Amino acid sequence: MNTTSTHFVPQRRFEIYEPLNQISMWEESFKNNGGMYTPGSIIIPANEKTDSLSEDTSHGAEGTPHKYDQEASTSRHPDKIQRRLAQNREAARKSRLRKKAYVQQLETSRLKLIHLEQELDRARQQGFYVGNGVESSALGFSDNMSSGIVAFEMEYGHWVEEQNRQICELRTVLHGQVSDIELRSLVENAMKHYFQLFRMKSTAAKIDVFYVMSGMWKTSAERFFLWIGGFRPSELLKVLLPHFDPLTDQQLLDVCNLRQSCQQAEDALSQGMEKLQHTLAESVAAGKLGEGSYIPEMTCAMERLEALVSFVNQADHLRHETLQQMHRILTTRQAARGLLALGEYFQRLRALSSSWAAKQREPT
Amino acid sequence: MDKVMRMSSEKGVVIFTKSSCCLCYAVQILFRDLRVQPTIHEIDNDPDCREIEKALLRLGCSTAVPAVFVGGKLVGSTNEVTSLHLSGSLVPLIKPYQSILY
Repeated sequence: MNTTSTHFVPQRRFEIYEPLNQISMWEESFKNNGGMYTPGSIIIPANEKTDSLSEDTSHGAEGTPHKYDQEASTSRHPDKIQRRLAQNREAARKSRLRKKAYVQQLETSRLKLIHLEQELDRARQQGFYVGNGVESSALGFSDNMSSGIVAFEMEYGHWVEEQNRQICELRTVLHGQVSDIELRSLVENAMKHYFQLFRMKSTAAKIDVFYVMSGMWKTSAERFFLWIGGFRPSELLKVLLPHFDPLTDQQLLDVCNLRQSCQQAEDALSQGMEKLQHTLAESVAAGKLGEGSYIPEMTCAMERLEALVSFVNQADHLRHETLQQMHRILTTRQAARGLLALGEYFQRLRALSSSWAAKQREPT
Repeated sequence: MDKVMRMSSEKGVVIFTKSSCCLCYAVQILFRDLRVQPTIHEIDNDPDCREIEKALLRLGCSTAVPAVFVGGKLVGSTNEVTSLHLSGSLVPLIKPYQSILY
């Protein structure tokens, strides 16, 4: 039985690929190579071009090839030496190609695994029973998720992590003494963080507007409150208001006006959405009876769906402006408390989703 | 474009829309809630629709429809109207055109 570590010369070349089982795979393929390889006699000439996956930049530093030829017969037969050398070169070349293919497979599988793990986490959060493959396929995620949406979900995962970190920081500083300057920068960062999410959503909406509309990346309790792909700006103000006391008279007036104008804009968008649904339904329902899934007004229906992207963007614009105006009206300290309250509110919704999901999984 | 200049400088609030545009409808609802009766120009029924669209874009409107003009001046599209309203600047602008009775 061949030992694993002495086969590959120089070892440095392969040190990035640690697991022994990988090396034993190579063993297998070498054995299957018609026995052209004998232990210790692999020769990899230094002047042969390295394949692209070799990240070993020390290749250039190698001078002469290493010879571990232990067979006495070849010293008396130059032809045999040449043939042996050629065979070994060929074996080495094929080995490198196989390794390249194998590593590429590994990379793809690794990415897929990360994606699947995230899907499972999300599905668990949302209360789906994720047991064997049957249930998870019923979720209908895998096939239809484009790479752009997968990227969005990964980015969102990071966004939540950063969000939690910021909330923690706000909580800590607000409990103690903190200068207005430091608080201002925390508030600015928190605002920018929300604006970043809106930008991410805008990109995702162009890829899959239904995904964004349905708030698929959110936990179940968050989705319960969904309004055109996110939270209701008017609800946001309701959540924040108690934390701003005391407000000056001017601030009170400004906040009241903001609440009213926000509500009006929200209502207008909601009615626009209803009209969109209504006209889309009309387009789909039009046509003669008995034509199955054929949609006579297909172009029209598709145009309606395009409009959905504008609505999602408008809803986020409304959220953006609401946050912006709150920032304008409030003092730094009030804004910091408000942002903490907002962040904690969403954290609680997420926690509620988890608790609910856990409860659902309990045996009755 | 003359037609656009003429139509946009009509008194009060003027909105260029398309009959199929639901965002245009949303903007109309908003002005109705603000007790304003805007003049609506549905450009998809106009033979010069394309020209009007181009002219509106050239005037600086982010999307051709809805295009909102108040007292002859371009306010903008949905984005601009929303921002103005939330900052409290829209109502003073349309005050002369708000109906008293409601």
